[in-house]
Amino acid sequence: MAEEIRLMKGNEAIGEAAIRAGCRAYFGYPITPQNELTAYMARHMIAKGRTFIQAESEVAAINMVYGAAATGARAMTSSSSPGISLKQEGISYLCGADLPAVVVNVARSGPGLGGISPSQGDYFQSTRGGGHGDYYTIVLAPKSVQEAADLTYEAFSLSEKYRVPVLVLADGLIGQMMEGVVLPEPIDPATLPRKPYAVGHAQEMGRDYNHVSSINLVPDELEAKNRERFQRYEVIKKELCRYEEIEVEDADIVFVAYGTSARVSHGALMMARERGLKVGLFRPITLWPFPYARIAELAAQGKRFLSVEMSMGQMVEDVRLAVNGKSEVYFYGRCGGNIPSQEEVFAEVARLLGK
Amino acid sequence: MELAYGHPKSLKSIQTKYCPGCGHGVIHRLIAEVIDEMGLQTKSIITNPVGCSIWADLYFDFDSVQPAHGRTPAAATGVKRMLPDHLVICYQGDGDLAAIGTAEIIHAANRGEKFTVIFVNNAIYGMTGGQMAPTTLIGQHATTAPEGRDPINAGMGYPIRVSEMLATLEGTRYLARGAVNNPVNVRKTKQYIRKAFEAQMRGEGFTMVEILSQCPTNWQMKPLESVSWLEQNMITFYQLGEIKNTLSDAPASQAPKA
Repeated sequence: MAEEIRLMKGNEAIGEAAIRAGCRAYFGYPITPQNELTAYMARHMIAKGRTFIQAESEVAAINMVYGAAATGARAMTSSSSPGISLKQEGISYLCGADLPAVVVNVARSGPGLGGISPSQGDYFQSTRGGGHGDYYTIVLAPKSVQEAADLTYEAFSLSEKYRVPVLVLADGLIGQMMEGVVLPEPIDPATLPRKPYAVGHAQEMGRDYNHVSSINLVPDELEAKNRERFQRYEVIKKELCRYEEIEVEDADIVFVAYGTSARVSHGALMMARERGLKVGLFRPITLWPFPYARIAELAAQGKRFLSVEMSMGQMVEDVRLAVNGKSEVYFYGRCGGNIPSQEEVFAEVARLLGK
Repeated sequence: MELAYGHPKSLKSIQTKYCPGCGHGVIHRLIAEVIDEMGLQTKSIITNPVGCSIWADLYFDFDSVQPAHGRTPAAATGVKRMLPDHLVICYQGDGDLAAIGTAEIIHAANRGEKFTVIFVNNAIYGMTGGQMAPTTLIGQHATTAPEGRDPINAGMGYPIRVSEMLATLEGTRYLARGAVNNPVNVRKTKQYIRKAFEAQMRGEGFTMVEILSQCPTNWQMKPLESVSWLEQNMITFYQLGEIKNTLSDAPASQAPKA
């Protein structure tokens, strides 16, 4: 039998993928444009005998995740940009306590309350830790409903493997649009192994008592703990950098774009190719770790880059770091909830190519 | 010979960092004694607050989780929902519970989360050095109320009776206020803790024991003076006893109406 393709909204596909990944606890708070995700979890988590709580705030929700994660359960929260800002304290604590968790950001435009339309203005916040202290989280950026489901599903195991929180950075367009999706195989959470670091079941685990905490007032000990975490980050950088390349090989200019702006850039690429312009697309799937090395290789081949973003220019700084002055890096962006059209992106690349 | 009295198993036999005359040590011991009596050492998890008792995990000999300041009831919610057959103790001070964590405590109580809050009310911020707490009494001095708490002219607000406030919420089943200023109150407080823990293990709703406790260092008193100050000033404002008891084994007068 052929795989079942379901027509789903991004927000709902993310929810279903999390449930199939064995998520035992979801904690949310209403915010547009991710409300379908919270509603989906309310419908399906409680029905499955799992935990769903509409928390009193985003702050409470992330700390419920912290408590659930401390027991070793697969736990998740979701929100949109202003709500993700509120969760940053909790994400910092999760990192400090080396707890896995999945946080989904169906991003909207800012700053402040901003608007409810899609934006990529949370790139800095997502890829630079986001809260206080020295840390990073893995950041996965889907471009479609299918990829949103796949990356959310995988986020749980990645988070446990490296013991770092994983942020799925979608945006209002990915969350709200409907596409066909093939859903991953369900995992029964009861089959997942208990975690040696977690609290609970001390006797059955035959272990000493566990203390899940991020505090350490001894500078040498805290430094050692942070250095150990950064060694893990080095492993993540080696193992996890992901990207997609489209027609990059002979390209004079390569779009660098992720998520929704990568879809638009792909359209602009096709317009350019129809007109004989050598344009490629480099789409980071992991925003952290960012694929610096591959962009550096392409820069060494003399390729130029046009970072296309739904922001005033954030990822372009990582592209410049990767290129390190070896080539030209340009930027084209829209913000405030505007999505650039493929025509305007094409016009920009044609201008840069002198056509 | 039978051991009639000894150090509780659930409390490590090490010296604490708490100041002379501080109530945390006694409260820790009461919790540990009840856990031992109920045979729950390997099934207990404490979520400790930010404040002096952030060090609780050094002293209790069972699992612990240390969340962000004030978020203790949210984290305890996550722990208890995942481990409903464990004893989950949400240990909080007055800054953690009644100031920064007000939203979390009210909503955990209102959801009827099935853990027990041990709310240590010493009417001051201890760890940060004696700032005014939401429970600081009117006229009481603090580094941030140098002339004494003045609710009117300085706009410093009034001391909050948290237990009475939470009693209005239907999710709360057992709310009691004890004190550790003398042996009689210590024993009563232990009974409250035992009732709350037993109710939790029966799966009843939200339970909390508020405990009035001395902070001689930040009250700038000798330990003995602090004990009588608590009696004369705190107990008169924060009345002791069971504030709400709608547990299944509650006396008939307090049981929920059929």
